[in-house]
Amino acid sequence: MTEPLLSTHGLKAHYGDFQALFGVDIDIKQGETIAIIGANGAGKSTLMRAITGLLKNEPDAIKLRGESIGDLSAPEVLERGISMVPEGRRLFPSLTVEENLLIGAHTRTGNGVWNLASVYEVVPVLKDRRDHPGTALSGGQQQMVAIGRALMSNPDLLLCDELSLGLAPVVIKEIYASFPTIKERGASVVVVEQDIGQAMKVADRVFCMMEGRVTLEGTPEELSREEIHNAYFGVSA
Amino acid sequence: MILVDTLIQGILLGGLYALFAAGLSLVFGVMRLVNLAHGDLIALAAFVILSIGTALNLSPFVAVILAFPIMFAVGWGLQTCLLNHVLGDDILPPLLVTFGLSVVIQNGLLEIFTADSQKLTAGAIEVQSLALGPITVGVTPLLTFVSSVLVIFALNQIFYRTRLGRAFRATSDDSETVGLMGIRPNNVFAVATGIAMVAATIAALYLGIRANFDPSIGPARLLYAFEAVIIGGLGSLWGTLAGGVIIGVAQALGASINPEWQILSGHIAFVVVLLVRPRGLFPRSKD
Ligand SMILES: Nc1ncnc2c1ncn2[C@@H]1O[C@H](COP(=O)(O)OP(=O)(O)OP(=O)(O)O)[C@@H](O)[C@H]1O
Ligand SMILES: [Mg+2]
Repeated sequence: MTEPLLSTHGLKAHYGDFQALFGVDIDIKQGETIAIIGANGAGKSTLMRAITGLLKNEPDAIKLRGESIGDLSAPEVLERGISMVPEGRRLFPSLTVEENLLIGAHTRTGNGVWNLASVYEVVPVLKDRRDHPGTALSGGQQQMVAIGRALMSNPDLLLCDELSLGLAPVVIKEIYASFPTIKERGASVVVVEQDIGQAMKVADRVFCMMEGRVTLEGTPEELSREEIHNAYFGVSA
Repeated sequence: MILVDTLIQGILLGGLYALFAAGLSLVFGVMRLVNLAHGDLIALAAFVILSIGTALNLSPFVAVILAFPIMFAVGWGLQTCLLNHVLGDDILPPLLVTFGLSVVIQNGLLEIFTADSQKLTAGAIEVQSLALGPITVGVTPLLTFVSSVLVIFALNQIFYRTRLGRAFRATSDDSETVGLMGIRPNNVFAVATGIAMVAATIAALYLGIRANFDPSIGPARLLYAFEAVIIGGLGSLWGTLAGGVIIGVAQALGASINPEWQILSGHIAFVVVLLVRPRGLFPRSKD
């Protein structure tokens, strides 16, 4: 078996006295798209924050190509090729659309196809709005800025936390339409989704989380609706 | 004609106050920190220029260039070793620490330079004046004002037109999320304070040429600077220039009525502006 691109090993996370993750093990292979599903408060965002270094951890709890990265800071993790579209987009209100994109490549440009021109090519509307404040766009356009910003560093692994939150179904469809291009161009992808249908459509493998633990794992074909329902809501069939 | 003359003197004086305030305004814009030692750091810069000028027998206009990297390093070091450790959600610790720093700098300067008044001597330029039609303006006040416009312009360009400025604004917006862009807020803050200290050094140059200074002058300069920033609106650099000019003009008008009213008039203008526009004249839209 080839070594995974990224793996977590008994990953735990705490907010003060509150424990949010209880030993999470996931793995992502090169080129794969993984979906992480689970109810509100399951710990999905916490897992993303731990991987990107926003929450500190044991060094060995997270490995990238075998290297322990659990205790690295967010800039150090980015340097190694992991970038994130954070929950709620978190665009910089003082920056224009174009500046929001450019700041994604502030310290790392990687070597890959993503730059201002190629992001504009995939999402032309951003080019028309380049001088507007990033937060003056529609929700869907803002989400595209957030994705573009994360791509600007040409990551090997792109983490997306709830892209569809608060967006209309047609907009969600449009956003996911850019995914084949993203994958084609070399990035492995993790999407956190509450929308199970959407998750099943894009993912090669799915992890379901509940109360800080992974309760189910498999390919979309393997998993039955009932299994997912149980893993999601914790009701035994 | 006397009124026009008074207004022009006031505007030029306002340039000096804007210079006092420029660094304070930048630091506030980037990290929401009010540095209560800002005035004392201006005093420190004046003594640095003085020492360099005396030691190397240089004009203050040359000595100031050597003082720039020194004061940049002072700002950078101060932010890295001290201020970064107290910045956070609670606004009280930075206020207490910079207040303490103010006391330390004053006493340190007193120890080294004594309480004697000092002056930067720039030679003939100090007394030269230009006749603009019927109005005569001093070359030094004019130079001060032009410098203040250039400093504000330069800071504004840095803030809005450069890669560094982009990092300043993004870090000010969201210091956690910039980490995901590979930006380390502590480094950004250190550079910002370094640049603020370069602006403070320019302020110190004109302060020292215009009047006597001693280790105790810091707090009053801080007050003018603070008022200029607040009048202009927090986070707006051009607003800070406007704020400085308003204080300068108010002082000049007050002094023309009665010399004893100079200082008071400036403070009254500050209060009046705040009553009419509690957020200042040009507040940055957010926060
Ligand atoms: N900053 C925080 N401080 C304290 N507790 C937190 C914090 N952030 C999250 N939590 C708690 O940690 C648990 C996991 O939260 P997390 O945000 O990871 O869930 P999630 O799966 O992303 O949920 P959602 O689908 O609502 O985004 C929740 O119980 C939440 O209340
Ligand atoms: Mg979440």
